[in-house]
Amino acid sequence: MPVKVASEWLNSCSGCEVAILNLGETLLTVLPHLEFVHIPVLMDHKYFGQRGEGDLHHLEIPQATVGLISGGIRNQEHLEVAQAMRRSCEIIIALGTCATHGGIPALMNLFDNPALLERYYRTSESTDPHDPPADAVLPPILDRTYALDEKIQVDIYLQGCPPHPDLIAEALTALLEGREPRLPDKSVCDTCPTIRLGKGKLKKLHRFTHNAHYDPAKPLSEMHCLLEQGFQCLGPVTRAGCAGLSGEAPQCIRARVPCQGCYGPVRKDGNQLLDYLNALASNRIDVHSITDRATVLEFSGAHGLLKRRAAGK
Amino acid sequence: MAQTIEATADQAFTHGAGSGRRVINIQPITRIEGHARIAIVLDDEGNVADTRLNIMALRGFEKFIEGRPAEEVPRIVNRICGICPWMHHTASNKAVDGCFGAKIPPAGKKLRELMLVMAQINDKILHFFFLAAPDFVLGPGADYSVRNVLGVVKAAPELAARVVKMRQAGQMMIEKFAGKVIHPVAVVPGGFSKPMTEAERQELLEKSREQLDFAIFCLNWAKKNVFAHLDDATVRLGEITTGFLGTVDPTDGSLNFFEGVLRLMRPDGSYQDFSHLEYAYYLGEHVEDWAYSKFPYARVWGEGFSMDPENPKGIYRVNTLARLNVCDKISTPLAQAELEEFRSRFGRPAQSTMLYHWARLIELLYACEKVVEHLEDPEITDPHVRNPVEPKAGRGVGCVEAPRGTLIHDYSTDKNGLITRANLIVGTTHNVAPMNMSIRQAAQSVIRHGVVTEEALNRVEMAVRCYDP
Repeated sequence: MPVKVASEWLNSCSGCEVAILNLGETLLTVLPHLEFVHIPVLMDHKYFGQRGEGDLHHLEIPQATVGLISGGIRNQEHLEVAQAMRRSCEIIIALGTCATHGGIPALMNLFDNPALLERYYRTSESTDPHDPPADAVLPPILDRTYALDEKIQVDIYLQGCPPHPDLIAEALTALLEGREPRLPDKSVCDTCPTIRLGKGKLKKLHRFTHNAHYDPAKPLSEMHCLLEQGFQCLGPVTRAGCAGLSGEAPQCIRARVPCQGCYGPVRKDGNQLLDYLNALASNRIDVHSITDRATVLEFSGAHGLLKRRAAGK
Repeated sequence: MAQTIEATADQAFTHGAGSGRRVINIQPITRIEGHARIAIVLDDEGNVADTRLNIMALRGFEKFIEGRPAEEVPRIVNRICGICPWMHHTASNKAVDGCFGAKIPPAGKKLRELMLVMAQINDKILHFFFLAAPDFVLGPGADYSVRNVLGVVKAAPELAARVVKMRQAGQMMIEKFAGKVIHPVAVVPGGFSKPMTEAERQELLEKSREQLDFAIFCLNWAKKNVFAHLDDATVRLGEITTGFLGTVDPTDGSLNFFEGVLRLMRPDGSYQDFSHLEYAYYLGEHVEDWAYSKFPYARVWGEGFSMDPENPKGIYRVNTLARLNVCDKISTPLAQAELEEFRSRFGRPAQSTMLYHWARLIELLYACEKVVEHLEDPEITDPHVRNPVEPKAGRGVGCVEAPRGTLIHDYSTDKNGLITRANLIVGTTHNVAPMNMSIRQAAQSVIRHGVVTEEALNRVEMAVRCYDP
């Protein structure tokens, strides 16, 4: 019997869904074991059941064993969809860092809604100034951006922006085999092959205004650690996973770019900013050399971590 | 089984109905990227009185990048869209280049364009085969449980396997070179984060030639199996008469995804070219009370904004059909031949909404040819790919052609190089007003005398899917 799967996306970008498609041929081998009953990106099941029968205040999602939800919760519709998914699904998987920790859209928690609406509808350079849209058809915006588990119970957390296809495959395979998925639980640094020389010379971080020092003809294992080169690399405080499960290097490092922190904290309930300040301080790096502290929390600003006017130094 | 809801006006999630009028909701619109619904209001005779496309979400990127270091913003705003993150990433970097006064080394620019065009390839395969094709392969009236990509896999397993494999290969080509394919990081203010080695160039070149073969196959397959069989009603589905906007090369008016001048064409085919720096003079954005999205229009035409199908004002379209309408030619030979055939059959500008799909596959061919062209250029391996940048006060406007249309990022920075304000017009947004008009036209053509079938409602959605929103 195939496993029934329902999938939804909330305050998200569809990157997690594209990551599922990036399973490629693996997806074709998994598909016969799955029966999708609801997935708006691929399938035309609608919220309100058959014509004339639905209660418009009660959106309907078919019963499923597994519910995949990407995105956090930002408006009333997201909340109602998340609650409907919880009612219909035995196991809820929070897919991606927006769902697990708010993700990039939780940067909105630095501002209030009136400031957003004022900028967007009244003062934008190209917009004819207008009152913000307020028709009853539009779902009201909530006071802030929430991670999924602030509003519904979550069973499995699949961090990453987006999660590496290896992790998605492992989660799906584990569910089919009736076991817990084996997901990375260390830091990005633990999967990074670059050379660390140890504590020492670096006193301040500097901005990524020039490329790292490395020889492009040589492998990553011969490149000096980007944090030790002075860049704001969030590898020490970020959950591993972007390297996949077959021994690749972290993805941003492969681009010779410092880790942005997109898998969220190493421990699910960790605080990337506090952990980073500690890591810098214990290495005698000036914590005031962080240009914008909000960027350290730019993937994990839900759960009340990013607050209004808390940005900057 | 009809996938609809009828409701009366006193209930939430409805609009505009007087008492007793039937309102049909299509919610959510499916096989698109994002959150939207369609409301169709029927009059007393059961004919379509009004329709609306409600865009339901507002995330706030333009606001929350305020205060962020500008060089970090290109890897924040790529999260606007997981299907076209390379376009946001690239437009954003161009805007930051403008703020910081950065000059880009030739190889850095070549790598930026290469990545952008490679990403276009994967997007077009995704949209045509995964999102749109089920309506054509399974039929618009097939049950929803099979009218999807999984149904295509069962109905045409060899085709599906090849599509899945080629799209995956395209994604992995980008990932292997640039580290991250979804939500990229490799474009940086001042250029690119890493040079391309000769070995990487050779490997990508070989694979890009396979992609070109595949693009030729796709277009031939679609012409034979889809476009040749479109009935008159389908060809006219969602048809409206509008202007068009896209980017062309300033020297010869050829199609260009990466840079050039913006060309705004009137419905009669006359046009004016302008720099993206002047976008706010040529384009305006109207606000309606019933959509979080705005409604861009051609402000420069001086006629205001109206979606009245009998007398539209300021309405233009973007995305594939628009780009093929505004360009004078395509610089690559195979796609140029296809454009000539397309034009000889449908004229310039072509207005049929369904032709967006055909135009999409011609653009797929162009993109594949363009990638081969770039990779055949040994100068792309020049190791000098980035000039250092200096954070400072300034303003920059970055513009590229995203799969869904012209993409504009406009930023200002303070003396520390932090963002002070940002304004974006993204591809799909330009098409919000045209989509509303196409929905109206499609609904009126398929719903008569109160007879509402699931197939009819899917045909309304098919009009939306042409725009690949």
